[in-house]
Amino acid sequence: MIQQNPQLDAQGRLRHFLTTEGLSRQQLTEILDLAESFATVSGKSVKKVPLLRGKTIVNLFFETSTRTRTTFELAASRLSADVQSINIATSATSKGESLLDMLHNLEAMHCDMFVVRHADSGAAHFIARHVAPHVSVINAGDGRHAHPTQAMLDAFTIRRHKGEFPALKVAIVGDILHSRVARSQIHAFNTLGVGELRVIGPKTLIPPAASSLGVRIFHDMQAGLEDVDVVIMLRLQKERMRGALLPSEGEFFQRYGLSEKKLAHAKPDAIVMHPGPINRGVEIASAVADGPQSVILDQVSNGLAIRMAVMSMVLGRQPAPLEQPTEAQP
Amino acid sequence: MNDNTPHDIPALLEQMSGQLRELLGQQELEQAAMLGIHTGGAWVARELHRQLGLSTPLGSLDISFYRDDFSRIGMHPQVRPSELPFEVEDRTILLVDDVLQSGRTIRAAMNEIFDYGRPARIILVVLVERSGRELPIQPDVCGLHIHLAPKHQIKLIGPEQLKLQIQEVS
Repeated sequence: MIQQNPQLDAQGRLRHFLTTEGLSRQQLTEILDLAESFATVSGKSVKKVPLLRGKTIVNLFFETSTRTRTTFELAASRLSADVQSINIATSATSKGESLLDMLHNLEAMHCDMFVVRHADSGAAHFIARHVAPHVSVINAGDGRHAHPTQAMLDAFTIRRHKGEFPALKVAIVGDILHSRVARSQIHAFNTLGVGELRVIGPKTLIPPAASSLGVRIFHDMQAGLEDVDVVIMLRLQKERMRGALLPSEGEFFQRYGLSEKKLAHAKPDAIVMHPGPINRGVEIASAVADGPQSVILDQVSNGLAIRMAVMSMVLGRQPAPLEQPTEAQP
Repeated sequence: MNDNTPHDIPALLEQMSGQLRELLGQQELEQAAMLGIHTGGAWVARELHRQLGLSTPLGSLDISFYRDDFSRIGMHPQVRPSELPFEVEDRTILLVDDVLQSGRTIRAAMNEIFDYGRPARIILVVLVERSGRELPIQPDVCGLHIHLAPKHQIKLIGPEQLKLQIQEVS
């Protein structure tokens, strides 16, 4: 094998979880099946299992997040790991060296896993290339690149509500261009065999290369939502936008916001999803977000189970003593 | 040794049901809840639950998340959700497994049960009790005692037509 997937170890097991791209259907399905078992843990009176006792997990959040950080913290606690969250304000410190220094310091404290969120694409890969061989990295969102646990919790939510993927039509709506969630979803859903995957949004917010990723592109909401089983609304990434990509939020809502009227074009039992945080009245109407078809809060609960599954899979690998540290490549 | 002398499993189960009735008495038996450990224990539990006519629904336990060898062998690829369709708190739990050997599975199972609540007591029911204990755990009700060398494994084959198989493992 010439180009080895950086998230797999020599035995082909998940060592890091950086992206949904390049993983097999079997690997993704294994994560979903394991999450199904972890979902029952929250129903016990003691909401914990002793799997990761003695392991130390550090959340490195270079970009703010409430939901993702909290569910990663809770997932680690429910697996009985020790967990520490560090919020590193996106300061002007040159990333390269100071970041590596910090990593080595944390490794010296015998950490077993870093959960990384960063505003720059590729940050988690960079860290994964430089950690000690026994340390695993989970990508909790890097720039516009990937947010694999979000994509997996969405796949999990879809499977729990709608059953197997090949029979389903799924539409992802909104700002595809800036969305790491959409990118990870597209890779995961295609690998899992979703029947038809659509993206809906204005030309300025859909990357030109999207069609090569195996999706149907729609610029008209009504046509795009016709007959779908799952509607995934994306948050308008105002903080990542430069230049005049949008007329105004009001106009965006008019054309691409999910109202009850637009939702009526989807199948009557279609589910509505959103990775959060919601901009009410910008990409989704409150009546829909809080309505009977919304599974937005289920996504949050499912996020916990998915993160427990990924953490335990990655840390539960049999230690391979012969594994060599990956060569650092700047 | 590949001694696969057929054991009369229905007779063993019959005998175990009898022991359980004797041990618990009708009143406690009616309140008790049965829990089978995946996968063989769940098959044995299914038979006992039917024979005893228990009214509490049958539960099942997958102890993968509670194993003490996780850091050595990692996650079992096929973990099934545990199902406890009853309250554990203050209840008599009939914990059922197919083979009791080291006792580690039972320790893991008891840890898991306590995460659902504090049972009044746990009765350990096994089809086969064999040599090789590594923990101070003994069955309360047992179909068959058997002495086997460590290199021999005894396994319950199912789910239909339960059958015991002894084979040599390397």
